[in-house]
Amino acid sequence: MQLSGNNALLESASPTLVDLRRGDAAILERIDLPGDDARRLMELGFLPGTRVTAGLSAPGGDPRVFQVDGSEIALRRETARRLKVRKEGGKPRKS
Amino acid sequence: MSQCGDCHGCPPVALADFTAAPGLATTVAVIGPPNSGKTTLFNRLTGLRQKVANFPGVTVEQHTGVAELPDGRPLQLIDLPGVYSLTPRSEDEEVARAVLTGERAGVAKPEAVLLVLDSTNLNRHLMLAAPILALGLPTMLVLNMADDLRHRHGKVDTEKLAAEIGAPVALVSARSGEGMEPVWDFLAGAMTKPAPRQLPVLQDVPQCRQWAGQVGAQAHYRAPVPPAWTRRLDAVFLHPVAGPVIFLLVVVGVIRTIFEAAAPLNAGIDWLFQASGNWIATTFPPSLVRDLVADGIWRGVGSVIVFLPQVLLLFLFIGILEDSGYLARAALIADRTMARVGLQGKSFIPLLSAYGCAVPAILATRTIENKRDRIATILIAPFMTCSARLPVYALLIAAFIPSRPLLWRLFTTQDAALLGLYVLGFLAAVLTAWALKSSVLKSGRTPFLLEMPAYRLPTLSSLGLRLLDRGKVFLRRAGTVILFVMVVLWVAEHLPLDHGHAPAMEHSVAGMAGHALEPAIKPLGFNWKIGIGLITSLAARETIIATLGEIYGMDEKTQRASLETALRHDLSTGGAFALLVFFAFAMQCFSTIAVVRRETGGWKWPALQFAYMGALAYAGAFIACRLF
Repeated sequence: MQLSGNNALLESASPTLVDLRRGDAAILERIDLPGDDARRLMELGFLPGTRVTAGLSAPGGDPRVFQVDGSEIALRRETARRLKVRKEGGKPRKS
Repeated sequence: MSQCGDCHGCPPVALADFTAAPGLATTVAVIGPPNSGKTTLFNRLTGLRQKVANFPGVTVEQHTGVAELPDGRPLQLIDLPGVYSLTPRSEDEEVARAVLTGERAGVAKPEAVLLVLDSTNLNRHLMLAAPILALGLPTMLVLNMADDLRHRHGKVDTEKLAAEIGAPVALVSARSGEGMEPVWDFLAGAMTKPAPRQLPVLQDVPQCRQWAGQVGAQAHYRAPVPPAWTRRLDAVFLHPVAGPVIFLLVVVGVIRTIFEAAAPLNAGIDWLFQASGNWIATTFPPSLVRDLVADGIWRGVGSVIVFLPQVLLLFLFIGILEDSGYLARAALIADRTMARVGLQGKSFIPLLSAYGCAVPAILATRTIENKRDRIATILIAPFMTCSARLPVYALLIAAFIPSRPLLWRLFTTQDAALLGLYVLGFLAAVLTAWALKSSVLKSGRTPFLLEMPAYRLPTLSSLGLRLLDRGKVFLRRAGTVILFVMVVLWVAEHLPLDHGHAPAMEHSVAGMAGHALEPAIKPLGFNWKIGIGLITSLAARETIIATLGEIYGMDEKTQRASLETALRHDLSTGGAFALLVFFAFAMQCFSTIAVVRRETGGWKWPALQFAYMGALAYAGAFIACRLF
């Protein structure tokens, strides 16, 4: 699925981290990954209900750095697309 | 949600132990999440009394060191691998858990724990406090990077925090040494303990995180503002165009400096060995012992030690890149290549450290949870150009490749050759990985997670410690493995004795071994002398230099000539290229073979690896000899 950022946010029922463009923020809803992988992500701050902001990426947009719970964590696209998010009300604060 | 094994609440019985003074603790474990500055604290506490644990890398598992308490009492510190939790999912977490519970054979159960957390990210790092405190060992929370916290306008009330978790807390900067007194007091057992607290029973990560957040709030923790400089630097280093260009410039710059800056230092060390060797040869009466020392040991071992500056420069650069935080960005930029060959991002860090030495790199693969990914990474790690190859490359390139400018004086043919060899090793590694991952070691994907640390200015003391460490390792190798091989070689060159005299080199045991090998290596452009070098370099790559130094040192014709000049009589340019390629591919290192055997639990993988790398080396050298 290679929908571009904004369209997916508006149209898709469950947008993912992949759909965030640089500077966008969203609330993490759930992690569609097996138990151990999900745990590892949660230990790094990717807990449901947490605000995640998309940051810079490697050339080509993959992997991308995400700001979450006071840290910056890089995720590959294949992982980021398993993290479902819901759009945050209003424009994200500039951090 | 799976049950979280590490977030047990602590039984009240164990609670009483928190307050027990460590008393005369003799062993203290240092643990914490990755990037919390554990090793900096460890170095700060142990000073220069640290043991180098990664050579030969087969007996010592954890980094241990001795700290001297203010009253002069020695205290053993164990530096454990960085972990996010104590659930044993990868081998390093299993090691950490086993050491802390006293289940690790050969390691004394620690009597106290220093839990190192990054104070700039306290809410998340506090999650590790729950499982650690639940172990019931006397524990001190060391909140590191106090200077960063302050500069970025964060704060925390350590007394409130101590009261909240029922364990002493210190806010320190391990880098500058600020706030270390309470840590020393804790280690010396001279610390008043806060009242014990009943900690809640925590079932899973969200609960752990919630608890950590509450504790942080009770301690009036204010998270620091985001690091402005890190954002600014990342905008440059991760720029779509400037990022990769800087990445390349860094690589080329490192290579070039290793070549150019080390040369005068090499010449200086070489002169010292020549002068002292001549002094030995002229001062002592002629005897077999004098010949052994002057020709065998001095020339042999000396010709390796000459390359100490290159090795130190290499580790200086690795240290700067690692300490500054740039390496994580480099890993990010290079990740696409890794993904394409089927390797996960976690393999990147061990592979990067393999540029120093394959042994710690193979130990570092323990962080990879997936067994097949881990074995694939172990198998390709020795292809990365390690510091032992560097002297061999430097010698051969200087001897056979004339220095001509390619990009004005900024980049010469010699630099290009060295860079080419690094690329060659890297290509062999990724192609092998691709072949393995698409056949015998196929596995499901595990997510790639890489924490981007804030940029920090590397400190002189930390860089100095690294260089001291690596310098010791290099010299110890020269003084043990290589020295031993040189003595054996010297004996082999003098047997069988002919009426009490050494035979001509060609008729000695060593010469005969080289001649026996010659038919096999002739197609590569190597003669019997190089053959002897290939045999001895099985122990360690740089031994070939010592071997050739010793062989030429014993020969009247080449005795006075420099190693480079003497080499040119024995190798054609094609042969030199073949030898370079051979060294790029072959697995000539006892330490690596031993550590692969131990980490994979048998001879199957190291045997396969040795045969595969050997075959590749032979084929590559065969082609190189014909191309050039």
